Amino acid sequence: MKKSAKIFFLLLTGILSIGRLAAQGGETSGGLDQTMRSSGRIYVVVAVMLTILAGLIIYLIRLDRKITRLEKE
Amino acid sequence: MYRSWWKILSVVLLVYTFTAGLLLKVPHLPALEETIRNLYFHVCMWFAMMILFTVSVINGIKYLRTFNIRYDIISRQYATTGIVLGLLGYATGAIWMSYTWADPNNPAFQSFGALAREPKLIGTAVALLIYFAYLVLRDSIADMDKRARISAVYNIFAYAMLFPSIWIVPRLLPSLHPGQEGNPAMNFKDVDSSMRVVFYPAVIGWTLLGVWITTIKIRIGLLKEKKWQ
Repeated sequence: MKKSAKIFFLLLTGILSIGRLAAQGGETSGGLDQTMRSSGRIYVVVAVMLTILAGLIIYLIRLDRKITRLEKE
Repeated sequence: MYRSWWKILSVVLLVYTFTAGLLLKVPHLPALEETIRNLYFHVCMWFAMMILFTVSVINGIKYLRTFNIRYDIISRQYATTGIVLGLLGYATGAIWMSYTWADPNNPAFQSFGALAREPKLIGTAVALLIYFAYLVLRDSIADMDKRARISAVYNIFAYAMLFPSIWIVPRLLPSLHPGQEGNPAMNFKDVDSSMRVVFYPAVIGWTLLGVWITTIKIRIGLLKEKKWQ
């Protein structure tokens, strides 16, 4: 349970930092925000795809560790 | 890999989603532009979550009818995978809205204040928190039969709460989120036919992936169960 909470907070802070970076870009209208809005905002789709991939991989790693622990018992 | 045709189907459909979803022509809308392709990812997460929660509640009811612990394990694992997909839907939605709804000319705090009032966001947060409570409730009861019974009943309540919190209330309030009048993405009038060609296979592909992950978890659960007996 502790591990899962850690992973959850990691994910949460990751999302928040993305949002904050984007917001900072918004204030100066440059940086990440400009990149994300270029080429018809296709980078938003890329970010979404990577988020899903990262989420599923983190979940699978957790599952893998759980099975390893179970095997050891 | 016995009876694994649907796993192969899932992979094939997801490969199709990622290639056709990025390459095929999509209708050009202002503000959305290419981000409309997120329909194949963000929206599918919610569809898959809803389907997995439905399977979970069906197995919860099956448990209450038969008191077979097997159904309890199945019900629990479908709920967890549903939560994971819901969290992914939430995270991807957060990214999507940062570049479409949020006004780049406004200070971040101000535009966040406007977005946080979205009824759909609050509703889904409530629904997911109810499901978190399901897991907390389960793990806090030591007795196996008691745990299975109470959590099966709670599961039915949690599932019933999904409807007001994510289907009904957001429709009654003004919102930036699409799908205000009718079912988002299911309505034939608001999803272009060129997008439906990818969207429906994408929903099936993501759902089957969720089921695949869940079956692995169920198998672990059953093995653990067997070991303890």
